[in-house]
Amino acid sequence: MTLTPHAMGTAMPRPEGPEKVRGRAPYAFEHPAAEPLYLFPVQAAIPRGRVTAIDTSAADALDGVVLVLTPETAPRLSDAIDPDHGVLQSAQVHQYGQYVAAVVATTSETAREAADLVRVTYAQEPHVAALDEDSSELYGPDTLVTGAPADDTRGDPDAALAGAAVTVRATYRTPMEHHEPMEPHTTVAVWEGERLVVHEATQAVSWTRQALAGAFGLAEDDVDVVAPHVGGGFGSKGGTHPNTVLTALVARAVPGRTVKYALTRQQMFDLVGYRPATIQHVALGADADGRLTAITHDVVEQSSRIQEFVEPTAAFSRGMYEAGARRTTHRVAPLDIGVPTYMRAPGEAPGSFGAECAMDELAGALGVDPIELRVRNEPEVDPEQGLPYSSRNLVACLRRGAERFDWSRRDPTPRSRLVDGWWHGTGVAAASFPVVRFPGSEARVRAARNGALGNGAGAPRYVVEIAASDIGQGAWAALTAIAADALDVPVERIDLAIGDTAFGSASPAGGSSGTTSWGAAITEAAERFRDKYGDDPDDGDEADATTPDNPWAAEYAMHAYGAHFAEVAVHADTGEIRVPRMLGVFAAGRIVNPLTARSQFLGGMTMGLSAALHEESVLDDRFGHVVNRDFAGYHIATCADVGRMDVEWLDEDDPYVNPMGSKGIGEIGIVGAAAAIANAAHHATGVRVRSLPITLDAFL
Amino acid sequence: MKPFAYERPDDAQGAVATVSADPDAAFLAGGTNLVDHLRLGLATPSTLVDVTGLTSTEITDAPDGGLSIGAGVRNADLAADERVRARYPVLAQAMLAGASGQLRNMATTGGNLLQRTRCAYFQDLTTPCNKRQPGSGCSALEGWARHHAVLGATHEPADVACVATHPSDMAVALAVLDAQVRVLGAEGERSIPLSTLHRLPGGEPSRDTVLAHGELVTAVDLPPSPIAARSTYYKVRDRASFAFALVSVAAAIEVVGDTITDARLALGGVAHKPWRATAAEEALVGAPPTDDTFRAAARAELVDARPVESPRGGTAFKLPLVTAAVTAALRGLAGGEEHA
Ligand SMILES: Cc1cc2nc3c(=O)[nH]c(=O)nc-3n(C[C@H](O)[C@H](O)[C@H](O)COP(=O)(O)OP(=O)(O)OC[C@H]3O[C@@H](n4cnc5c(N)ncnc54)[C@H](O)[C@@H]3O)c2cc1C
Ligand code: SF4
Repeated sequence: MTLTPHAMGTAMPRPEGPEKVRGRAPYAFEHPAAEPLYLFPVQAAIPRGRVTAIDTSAADALDGVVLVLTPETAPRLSDAIDPDHGVLQSAQVHQYGQYVAAVVATTSETAREAADLVRVTYAQEPHVAALDEDSSELYGPDTLVTGAPADDTRGDPDAALAGAAVTVRATYRTPMEHHEPMEPHTTVAVWEGERLVVHEATQAVSWTRQALAGAFGLAEDDVDVVAPHVGGGFGSKGGTHPNTVLTALVARAVPGRTVKYALTRQQMFDLVGYRPATIQHVALGADADGRLTAITHDVVEQSSRIQEFVEPTAAFSRGMYEAGARRTTHRVAPLDIGVPTYMRAPGEAPGSFGAECAMDELAGALGVDPIELRVRNEPEVDPEQGLPYSSRNLVACLRRGAERFDWSRRDPTPRSRLVDGWWHGTGVAAASFPVVRFPGSEARVRAARNGALGNGAGAPRYVVEIAASDIGQGAWAALTAIAADALDVPVERIDLAIGDTAFGSASPAGGSSGTTSWGAAITEAAERFRDKYGDDPDDGDEADATTPDNPWAAEYAMHAYGAHFAEVAVHADTGEIRVPRMLGVFAAGRIVNPLTARSQFLGGMTMGLSAALHEESVLDDRFGHVVNRDFAGYHIATCADVGRMDVEWLDEDDPYVNPMGSKGIGEIGIVGAAAAIANAAHHATGVRVRSLPITLDAFL
Repeated sequence: MKPFAYERPDDAQGAVATVSADPDAAFLAGGTNLVDHLRLGLATPSTLVDVTGLTSTEITDAPDGGLSIGAGVRNADLAADERVRARYPVLAQAMLAGASGQLRNMATTGGNLLQRTRCAYFQDLTTPCNKRQPGSGCSALEGWARHHAVLGATHEPADVACVATHPSDMAVALAVLDAQVRVLGAEGERSIPLSTLHRLPGGEPSRDTVLAHGELVTAVDLPPSPIAARSTYYKVRDRASFAFALVSVAAAIEVVGDTITDARLALGGVAHKPWRATAAEEALVGAPPTDDTFRAAARAELVDARPVESPRGGTAFKLPLVTAAVTAALRGLAGGEEHA
């Protein structure tokens, strides 16, 4: 079924916006509770070893302290859980910052003071925390975190490279990065008998429920997870982290009492995931006309010794361009550090830096315009799956961007434009992101004609329930619009309810999949509802549905595409680097809500700029932890760093992706943005910087 | 975080008496640095003595034609003052280059001077640091030292090494303006040149300044300075705003005809104190205002420079950066347009 858009495509303000700006939209920590208790943890000060003794006497003696839990006194968790969820279950220390004890007190200040008073003695063991390509511990994993094979070879890329008219070989590096949403990870947990009720800052109430049910050996029905509003996540609130399990564990020891725990900013750098650092060896071979004959993208990257996470860095190179031969590989360094996790465009963000910079280098080596080079290597069918595209408008994005960015007047010679003491240059890079549909989201549509929601004899209202999450991306608005179009009523007649496992299971706000997965479920439920009750239902009539499979999934390759253009200025004396102008042109299917979609693209591009110039978690391998762990040390782009930024999208009609015709837009804005900036910096200065972030020392 | 008593004495003398008598007491001004340190467990005072309102919040004209800045003047107000902007632009620019609007609304002149280094290891109780815990070692020497020193640091012996920098932008501008700092102690008031307020680490990196415990900064006096009317602050940092200086330059020059007749230069981000660049000043005076002169002057200042050679990010890049920033700043003042 394909929806006819009325609400979709029309700018719709966030329905929850007024409550948010008034401070009345409750975030997890603000969930009211009678006499809540506050948790503050004690964290390991060593990267690896064993706790040999914990002296809690001073903490126990403090007024207001209710409980101090240690691995010896903590309730037991099920064994069948993620290794890093096993909080306070053993004396082993596998990372710096790991929870080794927890204090619960009547105020947060007392909890924090008491935590400082806990004395921990360790037996330290040797650790490894440096990403070293020559480490004997490197191994080849089976699969990427997406489930795709870690290594993939087509044809004979080495032979193709040897025979290529022109080759480019280079090594690119991207650093460890942290998500750092404004709202810290927060859990508010209470045990009501054998039921666990949790208010959580999460992108996925169902995943949190699943993890907690697993940890405590409960049926999923015995766990409620609620998260109507979430203050950003960028992937860090997708998976469940030790903080959530710890809070529930501590709450278990004080039944009936609500326990609250919000991480400090420093703790956010220790325990809730990060984007792993990568080293990318990229080689491109081309014939004299600039047609690619070989692509190799071989990656070495960080993971954690206790739990594997394989960033799908080179996956980007599997589908972007046509080449006769191709190899993509991933090797992992298991380090004694925290577990990495998804961060906005996992894989595509770092991988596109290597891949799209290499394309720029190849264009330079060939003497071909970088846009033209990409056009020449546009595939007929998807090189990875061998399927035709449901729609692929990369070339249109490049051409439209070139027009708006005045690309035709660009002198390709590097270091040729000096304006008021700044070298100026422009660069381009391409972006893609798959259309992801997760199964299993349950949606319910119910008519409300009476009572508070309905209005008696008037037109029916529709309550639409789904355990989706809005982490700021705009799900409240987008799902309201989709429901309105699916029921063929104005948006004013929709009462959306999200962010609560009471509504069943739902997939996460992640993988740019929300609108697709949740929207398809809502559309299906609405269709069933209308089939059953027509357009004049009785109060209480209801229908539900679970995200249907996409019937076209095996027939077409489905991706969104985009093109980034950047202008960079580098100070001729000091090397200071600025980005006065950026343009992103995207082809991402139907744009459901232009208002919030623009923010998504802009936010992605800004995060890409931030990755290009600023973001780097400095992991001091001697100690095994990130040392610049606050906002003064971990730089994120400020307003002053962001110049003019334009976003445009092309009309794209794709009947295969889902009933809305939409593709995901949450992540594509960051993909390729850093490469466009690095390419522009090279054009400005003649200096090729292959390691992020690009800082002024490179140009001195 | 340790509980503390909070006191609000009636006057500055009372504050000085309280803190002088208690080695665990500390002054609290805007709190933008100290409160962070309380949270980090880096400062553990038993008593906080709030000095808000106990020192002047006014900027007054001095009889000699200079200005007197009360220690309680907020950074934002100092930046906005018309007299400062007209007569000491280097100071107004330095203020605006520091921190953020919100922080500047809270931060005070006294607190800004007495803020402590941003060295990551100093702020992290789990790593060795001679400044925080004398004798424990210096983690920055082989660590993340991007913001660290190239001048006047102590690289050895290991138990007193410290390569930290003082983070204040304001202090660099005050150094170039020959400011005097008025201080009230248990013994009475004294006035010390800003350039001698902060120390080099020497063999005692735990001490940032020459102040005795309990001495309260009450005001900063700016002498009249005709040359300062043509002064500038050039700050180089890793993002366009809200970042500490990698290198900063406070400069004033006077050019007559084709000759530099007077010059004042101070550097930030390079040492444990704001660095008055006297060797560079000497090299500038009498020379023509050209890029070659500016570079030579910067290099003269760096003759004894010693960067931190850390495998995890040292300060070698600051040597060319100082030269570049000094050149850019002085060229701007001299009105030139030459380039690298
Ligand atoms: C994120 C961030 C970014 C920043 N960026 C910059 C920057 O780019 N450039 C820059 O220069 N600064 C920067 N700062 C630092 C800021 O300027 C200082 O925190 C501020 O100036 C301190 O002033 P305060 O009044 O808040 O001091 P407080 O925090 O109250 O006190 C600081 C110290 O001074 C002592 N003290 C206070 N008043 C007196 C007095 N009258 N006499 C004696 N001792 C006193 C206190 O005991 C304490 O030890 C930044 C700070 C933050 C948090
Ligand atoms: S540089 Fe100074 S402040 Fe930093 S770790 Fe070394 S001793 Fe401590």
